[in-house]
Amino acid sequence: MPTPHADSVFPALEALLPLVQKPIQYVGGEVNAVAADWDEAEVRWALMYPDAYEVGAPNQGVQILYEVLNGQPGVLCERTYAVWPDLEALMREHGVPQFTVDDHRPVGAFDLLGLSFSTELGYTNMLTALDLAGIPLIATDRDESHPVVVAGGHAAFNPEPIADFIDAAVLGDGEEAVLALTEIVRAWKRDGRPDGRAGLLESIARSGVAYVPSMYDVEYLPDGRIRRVVPAHAGIPWRVAKHTLMDLDEWPYPKAPLVPLAETVHERMSVEIFRGCTRGCRFCQAGMITRPVRERSKTGIAEMVANGLAKTGYEEVGLLSLSSADHSEIAETTTYLADCYEGSQTSLSLPSTRVDAFNIDLANELSRNGRRSGLTFAPEGGSERMRKVINKQVTEEDLIRTVATAYGAGWRQVKLYFMCGLPTETDEDVLQIARLAAEVIRVGREVSGRRDIRCTVSIGGFVPKPHTPFQWAAQLDHETTDARLAKLRDAIRTNREYGKSIGFRYHDGKPGIIEGLLSRGDRRVGRVILQAWRDGARFDGWSEHFDFDRWAAAASTALADEPVDLDWFTTREREHAEVLPWDHLDSGLDREWLWEDWQDALDEVGVEDCRWTPCFDCGVCDQMGTSIQIGPTDLGLPEIRVGQPA
Amino acid sequence: MSRKPPRDHVAPVQRLRLRYAKRGRLRFASHRDFQRAFERALRRAGVPMAYSAGFSPHPKISYANAAPTGTASEAEYLEIGLSEECDPEDVRRRVDEALPPGLDILDVVVARTSDFADRLQASRWRIELPGLAPEVAEQAVASLLEAGEVMVDRLTKNGMRTFDVRAALLTARVAPAPDGARPCAILTVVLRQVTPSVRPDDILTALRSVAPSPVAPGWQTPPPLVTREMQGPLAEGGSTDEALVGDPLAADREADQT
Repeated sequence: MPTPHADSVFPALEALLPLVQKPIQYVGGEVNAVAADWDEAEVRWALMYPDAYEVGAPNQGVQILYEVLNGQPGVLCERTYAVWPDLEALMREHGVPQFTVDDHRPVGAFDLLGLSFSTELGYTNMLTALDLAGIPLIATDRDESHPVVVAGGHAAFNPEPIADFIDAAVLGDGEEAVLALTEIVRAWKRDGRPDGRAGLLESIARSGVAYVPSMYDVEYLPDGRIRRVVPAHAGIPWRVAKHTLMDLDEWPYPKAPLVPLAETVHERMSVEIFRGCTRGCRFCQAGMITRPVRERSKTGIAEMVANGLAKTGYEEVGLLSLSSADHSEIAETTTYLADCYEGSQTSLSLPSTRVDAFNIDLANELSRNGRRSGLTFAPEGGSERMRKVINKQVTEEDLIRTVATAYGAGWRQVKLYFMCGLPTETDEDVLQIARLAAEVIRVGREVSGRRDIRCTVSIGGFVPKPHTPFQWAAQLDHETTDARLAKLRDAIRTNREYGKSIGFRYHDGKPGIIEGLLSRGDRRVGRVILQAWRDGARFDGWSEHFDFDRWAAAASTALADEPVDLDWFTTREREHAEVLPWDHLDSGLDREWLWEDWQDALDEVGVEDCRWTPCFDCGVCDQMGTSIQIGPTDLGLPEIRVGQPA
Repeated sequence: MSRKPPRDHVAPVQRLRLRYAKRGRLRFASHRDFQRAFERALRRAGVPMAYSAGFSPHPKISYANAAPTGTASEAEYLEIGLSEECDPEDVRRRVDEALPPGLDILDVVVARTSDFADRLQASRWRIELPGLAPEVAEQAVASLLEAGEVMVDRLTKNGMRTFDVRAALLTARVAPAPDGARPCAILTVVLRQVTPSVRPDDILTALRSVAPSPVAPGWQTPPPLVTREMQGPLAEGGSTDEALVGDPLAADREADQT
């Protein structure tokens, strides 16, 4: 059935493009973009990455789902991204709606609008897009003609702050979930849309495929804590569980990665080599909510690299995961790929954060052809004690030995990532970073025999996240964070012998507080988001657009009638018995295990990785019916053809 | 430990000169956007490129006089160096297929002459001004052609520059849009390649400054649609704008046949 209001808005947009910065980001035309037939499609998805095109276009989640959906019969999927304020103003002036970059269709004409939230700081960009699309901001104001707004991505594990604005949230891996949602929508449309929008949302809620916030009531205690979250009526599940994709080799997506014309933040192709992580770093939400570890086999990786390079023409391939050196076949894989591309212009990269000498071997192998510029490690905590609290099992000896190996192998620059404001942290813990960095330079000069080696310390404020052992922790206030970082900076600068070889990069504490509010907030925070957006909040992940005072003022106004405020959501420690806003959303992690891990953190007790030690009962595999999928496999590797990509 | 660059410089065994077009929505690609897209298309098409030496080898490509972002073109040129001899038409077809629609390779010749860049002496531009009555445009063009010197300001990478556009302007004429449904003036100008370059938007600035009614509808919005139609040597004795700009690849084609 043709939908007249779905016509391309490009003619109207085209007249505005000469007036904005980087117009190419709005025109689409990427290599490997899919041109699907609008009129033939039964179910139409718009997928949004709620940030600028240059950040959103390379996003793997969106690229995977785009391809999975477009591969389905009768299904169409197009992409949309946040428009910069210059174009937003022109679109409002000229009545141009939020559009997709594929065929420039109005986003309001689609059946579903899926948003991938890697970070909570994209929430205001969602409101801009909904508003520009003519979709009512408040979900309950929408009717049958409006798309179903579905949130996904890591931030969707606590979608309560955006519960008013979304119709549904998908927890976990999206591949199978979007297909299940598609079938629910297809059946509902074929059956003549029984019971309208409410009927569709109820089907989704009952299916358990996604969480439908409007089907749940939140009750509060007089002091502002949550009393309970209950399904609004019978048949709606009490808890909604995450999706876990097994057998990554069966899902070699994206098979044809998009190659944007506009410059983006990642000018390379990415191949996901495994999903999940069980290192057990207590601050890391990604490592907690993506369990268990599921590896792609070395064969699957080799095929994706060769196929992707042939289809994109990229010169660089990144082997992605939460801790790539942990892949059970990584040594074989890197050697194989280095052999394949030896003498060619193709380079390979492995985001290197693991602190050990093995990681350097891999990095050396991958840089056979090229320059050895910099390596990155993430000790995260400055002191030995701090690293025990966060379960980052790296000793100072490990770190020094690792960087010595790196400098000895010809690497000139080592970057070290840390966090500030971790639970139980004192000034002294953070000042240890200055001593550590000086020691790195001292040893580096010794082993390399050079004085031009460098070490950069990069540090940001810690934000406690839902579904982690630190979900109960008090976030450090931004004043203390900034004061601590200033002391660290001074300690580095005043080191006369080594200070000049140490770079210092830091993020101030204020954005982290707002991220904290959005991460651990409940439904009442939705009012704060709406107020901040009305006051002009956009692109909150960009320091040049972020305005802490605007957010703080919005929080004061929007929460004026509540017994809670910005501090209550951020710097307050929670107790064991408190109902957390996301307790009814099931990441598979056993709440009691998380609490014990939190207590272990306070006692500075570590937990091993379950890939190499017995299961420690985090609960995920039992609860979700999943299991660890790691090699080594007995699969072979494609034969290397000289002078040509495999 | 110092490391050697991975390979030594390999001199190209063949140079090809390409004419390409930037059309439709892809006219919003900047020159850098085009460069990335083109280099990736070469790799997808498997063209055996020669590379520069050093730690970060670059494919041997020389770009000439790129049209500004937002400007369409039927006559952009570049030269590539190959490590193996190839059939130019085969390269044209393969690279054209590898590029997204809207970036199109129109012509490829083997480089047989040495002064290619010097042959890009002038360009013929078509400037479509929707909403502007052709008579209004004609008056302004007449004033501009009569003037001895017309200074314009443009913000460049090096700050605000003031320069004369009149000397670079060889011809200018106005025609009404063929369909004529609503007023639309089509301006055709031939501009000499000078430094600092004089671009179509500078001509529009100049026209507005000499126009009897610079606020007439169509001068400012909607933005004009600009296309470079030809780029090449100034033809001896060319009297019309069609005849004034020649084909810069003609010399290579002729040398090939002799």
